[in-house]
Amino acid sequence: MLNTSDILETIQMIQQENLDVRTITMGISLFDCMDSDIDRSCQKVYDKITRSAGRLVEVGRMLEGKYGVPIINKRISVTPIAMLVGASGGDPVKYALTLEKAAVALGVDLIGGFSALVHKGFSAGDRELIEAIPEALAQTTRLCSSVNVGSTKSGINMDAVKLLGHTVRRAAELTQDNNCVGATKLVIFCNAPEDNPFMAGAFHGPGEPDCVIHVGVSGPGVVRAVLQKTPDDCDLTAVAELIKRTAFKITRIGQLVGTEAAAMLGVPFGIVDLSLAPTPAVGDSVAHILEEMGLGRCGTHGTTAALALLNDAVKKGGVMASSSVGGLSGAFIPVSEDAGMIEAARCGTLTLDKLEAMTAVCSVGLDMIAVPGDTPASTISAIIADEAAIGMVNSKTTAVRVIPAIGQPEGAELEFGGLFGSAPVMPVHKESAEVFIARGGRIPAPLQSLKN
Amino acid sequence: MKAILTVLGRDTVGILAKVSTECAAVQGNIIEVTQSVLQEMFAMIMLVDITNLTCSLPEFQQRLVEMGQREQLVIHVMHEDIFNSMHRI
Repeated sequence: MLNTSDILETIQMIQQENLDVRTITMGISLFDCMDSDIDRSCQKVYDKITRSAGRLVEVGRMLEGKYGVPIINKRISVTPIAMLVGASGGDPVKYALTLEKAAVALGVDLIGGFSALVHKGFSAGDRELIEAIPEALAQTTRLCSSVNVGSTKSGINMDAVKLLGHTVRRAAELTQDNNCVGATKLVIFCNAPEDNPFMAGAFHGPGEPDCVIHVGVSGPGVVRAVLQKTPDDCDLTAVAELIKRTAFKITRIGQLVGTEAAAMLGVPFGIVDLSLAPTPAVGDSVAHILEEMGLGRCGTHGTTAALALLNDAVKKGGVMASSSVGGLSGAFIPVSEDAGMIEAARCGTLTLDKLEAMTAVCSVGLDMIAVPGDTPASTISAIIADEAAIGMVNSKTTAVRVIPAIGQPEGAELEFGGLFGSAPVMPVHKESAEVFIARGGRIPAPLQSLKN
Repeated sequence: MKAILTVLGRDTVGILAKVSTECAAVQGNIIEVTQSVLQEMFAMIMLVDITNLTCSLPEFQQRLVEMGQREQLVIHVMHEDIFNSMHRI
């Protein structure tokens, strides 16, 4: 029989340390739904999604019961809708409403893929889709949107960056009465992964199979609990080793649930995303892991180094536990979704500049950060450009999800509730980047892109 | 197919008997039992063969959880694979 302490460890992780599978995400290709008539195209999209994912929620619930591990979200990602808009023309909001309708009918929590890939330039449908994003997000609740504006291979499309500064503001303005929630569902990427199960940035890349299951795990609470038990004089080599072991165990659950879900649904299993995804629940915070390592508060000097160690150890532990790793894979640092980050931002230790430095060594980027309502679009574009530059030069994924708190000053707070948490409005630099952003054009790809 | 059944609660007479009766009622075959009583707390881990269950695994879980609530015990039933995949390479 299994070792008693192993059994108790698993149960304690689930019951007390918030271990869960964050999401089972079904990726669905919509290439075969393209039609020159937008209404016919929407109908085909609806039919294909509801047909492919008909049992997704049911299978998720069955696995939850069987293994006793919560599966928090069941989600769907689809082919970037800009590609369908390119074929059909018409108002992209129709696709948004179709996706929302499908998500509601299936009972999935979120649906991603109202997206465009414009890292080297706009093609048919891209600009129309980006311009429709604020309206689409205002009229829906489960839809998520993303735009890829740069890559290591192609550089950064600064025309898109300029446009998106306005898009982010507009998305917040249209949902001003509802805590500017529109902007929480829009991510701007550099080097966007095609198989990401996490929202709001999930879309089903053009290189993916017709239908596939990806899994995203969670478990900052478990890592923190392990570190809590170690003495203060335990050296960092040993700390890294402990995190690796824990990440291995967390990832194995993701692998188990993912392969079984794929088999039950009769579709191939894609990847496990090795991410530490925090939730606003007490004890489920990435910031608290860093503080457990010995930092007085997340955001102080030493934070970047501690995060680099954490991120690397999570990957090393996880990679052996899974047959196929992908997506974003790394520690997430979304401010509003992490109790420790919220505290650190409230007291001013964690600033936008420090967060930017942290994104150079961990997963994703400036995530779920509220900025003052009077922040100009050009400043938002400049924040996006900075983050994209870090991703481009370091050959990693970076992203920006900032929320202009329309009508709110610095120090106010936006309450999103649920997994999205609450966001203290953080200060941004007042000096303008207007002229730089207005130039447009493209930042050429760096030398790192010439690997052949 | 096996499941791991854990029981936690205040020690009273007949906990093991009640849990085994529930298992036997649906043809759950108890393979191994580890139990201890620390002060007044009862803790038990059972390995149960569920291959020939006369009901589904969710129904089996439901039965035991409801019985646990009646007897003020915390009972979890989880498929063995989750422990195997986490703790064995």
